[in-house]
Amino acid sequence: MQISANIQAIAYLASAIFFIFALKGLTHPTSARRGNYYGMAGMVVAVVATLLGGEVQSYGFIIAGVAAGAVIGAVLAAKIQMTAMPQLVAALHSFVGMAAVLVAIGTYLNREAAGTLNSVLMAELSVGIIIGAITFSGSVIAFGKLQGLISGKPLQFKGQHMLNALLAVVITAFAFHFGMTGSVVSLTLMTLLAFVLGVLLIIPIGGADMPVIISMLNSYSGWAAAATGFTLQNNLLIIVGALVGFSGAILSYIMCRAMNRSIINVVFGGFGSEGGGGESSAAAQAMEKGVRSASVEDAIYWMEDANRVIIVPGYGMAVAQAQHAIKELMELLEQRGVEVKFAIHPVAGRMPGHMNVLLAEADIPYDHVLEMDEINPDFPSTDVTLVVGANDVTNPAAKTDPSSPIYGMPILEVSKSKQVYVIKRSMRPGYAGVENLLYFQDNCSLIFGDAKDVCEGLATVLKGGGH
Amino acid sequence: MPDTLVALYVFVLSCFIGYWVIWGVTPSLHTPLVALTNAISGIIIVGALLVTGYQEAGTAAEIFGFFAVLLASINVFGGFLVTNRMLAMFKKKQK
Repeated sequence: MQISANIQAIAYLASAIFFIFALKGLTHPTSARRGNYYGMAGMVVAVVATLLGGEVQSYGFIIAGVAAGAVIGAVLAAKIQMTAMPQLVAALHSFVGMAAVLVAIGTYLNREAAGTLNSVLMAELSVGIIIGAITFSGSVIAFGKLQGLISGKPLQFKGQHMLNALLAVVITAFAFHFGMTGSVVSLTLMTLLAFVLGVLLIIPIGGADMPVIISMLNSYSGWAAAATGFTLQNNLLIIVGALVGFSGAILSYIMCRAMNRSIINVVFGGFGSEGGGGESSAAAQAMEKGVRSASVEDAIYWMEDANRVIIVPGYGMAVAQAQHAIKELMELLEQRGVEVKFAIHPVAGRMPGHMNVLLAEADIPYDHVLEMDEINPDFPSTDVTLVVGANDVTNPAAKTDPSSPIYGMPILEVSKSKQVYVIKRSMRPGYAGVENLLYFQDNCSLIFGDAKDVCEGLATVLKGGGH
Repeated sequence: MPDTLVALYVFVLSCFIGYWVIWGVTPSLHTPLVALTNAISGIIIVGALLVTGYQEAGTAAEIFGFFAVLLASINVFGGFLVTNRMLAMFKKKQK
């Protein structure tokens, strides 16, 4: 069976509409799963329409590739731990980037054999290859940082930005030369240097800026698909590429706004590079300044008779895998008539919405989980706030101290609640390398220990009847 | 209108659709959003199919195409399935 080009175009249009509805579905958790099914439908329509379109004549490699990809993809999706989602996402971004590069090179080979190369096509191929290559190697570095294979610390050296700029100019020059002459040498050098540039662009960015990096690479992967659409004159790829590209761009913007930093500032990197050295002295100082430390029994004493408890999870909760212990604590408190809410800062965790997924994994209902703007008015009327592995996003210095590096960053106003307990492993400052003024307030006490152990301890004390 | 210009029209208008649709996504679903866009950007499989299945494709093009199909398929299957797995976890209070 073969369909005409017009039927194929209509099918592509239908597919694009499915994808738009897929994204639209994520407006609310109740419609989200349906949205995902729309996405699958869009993909099936697109693939079937492509296979039946008459351009595809041999199937051996295609069947092999899809079959292997399906197995690998399904296993990854089923096995991946929710705490490792950022790594999976980074890996998938790199695949899109690499696929874009491979498609562009394959298209070049096919068109060259057919003698239908022209300058416009070669310019478009260059754009596809460059974006794809940067997406690939950048995502590989992001994956390495998230997985702990390479240090999450920003790696900076003198003249870094000059080098990147120079590299960009050289890559563009090779692209031009390739477009004018079709030189394979220029094509190859352009591709290799674009891979190098991807690495150099991501290494100066620190581990806790990962939410922005993930979003940015998400955006790049979309632009890579769109660029491929231009080379193949395929409107579906262009539409979908633009949707994905914008999705990532908007997420990057939201993340930057939540840190009160510009995208330029994040991309040029290096934030949080200081503060590594003076750790012990900072801790000693903090102790001298009179930080209160509390036991789990103290915390339960205040929590068991509270009207409302707000829990603020951060990356520390993910590292310690404390979400299930927190869920148990939530249930025990609710049995005693305590209202329990969760407060999420937009940049908590290593990717946008990371905390929400971890809490959902622990069966914590999503209507208990509130965003920063929704919950901030509730803190003054809250009896106890429990901060689990979050730091900078609770620092009142962001509101009160104009000299602080994080001044102006929107924060969760936990310091306004009657009692604050912070679970921390040590006095080490947060990512921004700034002292958290919260810890020196009269209403704040620190519980030192691993987030999971402490939360389990809290639950045990509560179960034991407490006092 | 030349084809490239038509493509540009499609591209720019799609950017606007993307802008409005994405701002509607609730922040609590931002991780599924990233995973779903991952799956959707697997649409590059269309390009991979066209390269690999091209009648006169040489061996080199077929091999490049094969790996492109493989990588894009991992995205499609991995992306949709993991999104589904995550979204299944988002539950309202049952009691």
